[in-house]
Amino acid sequence: MSVVGVAPDREARTLTMTAEYDAPVEQVWRLWADPRLLERWWGPPTYPATVHEHDLRPGGRVVYSMTGPEGDTHYGWWRPGRVDPPTGLELEDGFGDADGTPAEGMPTTRVRVDIADAGGGRTRMTVTSTFPSAEAMDQMLQMGMAEGMREALGQTYPLLEGSAA
Amino acid sequence: MVVSQPERADRVFAALSDPTRRDILRRAAVGEPSVSALARHYAMSFAAVQKHVATLERAGLVAKRRRGREQLVSTRVEAVREARHELEALERLWRDRLARFGEVLEEEQR
Repeated sequence: MSVVGVAPDREARTLTMTAEYDAPVEQVWRLWADPRLLERWWGPPTYPATVHEHDLRPGGRVVYSMTGPEGDTHYGWWRPGRVDPPTGLELEDGFGDADGTPAEGMPTTRVRVDIADAGGGRTRMTVTSTFPSAEAMDQMLQMGMAEGMREALGQTYPLLEGSAA
Repeated sequence: MVVSQPERADRVFAALSDPTRRDILRRAAVGEPSVSALARHYAMSFAAVQKHVATLERAGLVAKRRRGREQLVSTRVEAVREARHELEALERLWRDRLARFGEVLEEEQR
């Protein structure tokens, strides 16, 4: 498995995922920079992606579509921010229409990509995505909701364990 | 598709953003307290607690039913789970992408 780390950050409301690949930095960068390679991994197998427009420069844009199992088509766009080939990329990703016009009221995700030489012919790629629903991730993590619920729902377990011991 | 019901998710997260409402959720997860029983725990009016319960109900986080003159509140655990799934969905999305990324790289290396 290529993913070597997953780190949620409650302060920054981000999810950082780190992966390592047996390939040089330039080759890893190509999978973002070459639309034909990009469409081979961006969309899930059930929603394969087609990249229609690919201008990966600050202020440029990428327009893609994904086709679902029912033949349904969903358009998406990227707005690249910082672009530093072959090691850095920042973009905003969202849904829209065929012209690449962002859909109103739909969440967007901010994505930062850092690509670095990990030595021995390996490359480490770090993808940091900011949770799309505004304050959502912050709230989820800070309030410990999940823990609270587990406590509330799991409170019979210690009794059971106690009787078994 | 990856984004199912953004508005609904927003309502859920907005409802969860308040400490009193989170406390109500915890209490209503273990028993089925009435609104008046809940109101005794907080230094605020019955009407204010009722408003918090209504917000939770609109977000689908609690269910309310009547028993005589009382309104009983119970947490819909599945809704809380859904909220957590929003987070997990983002992780899963990138896990899958990064795995495919590796496959494409391998194919290209050959």
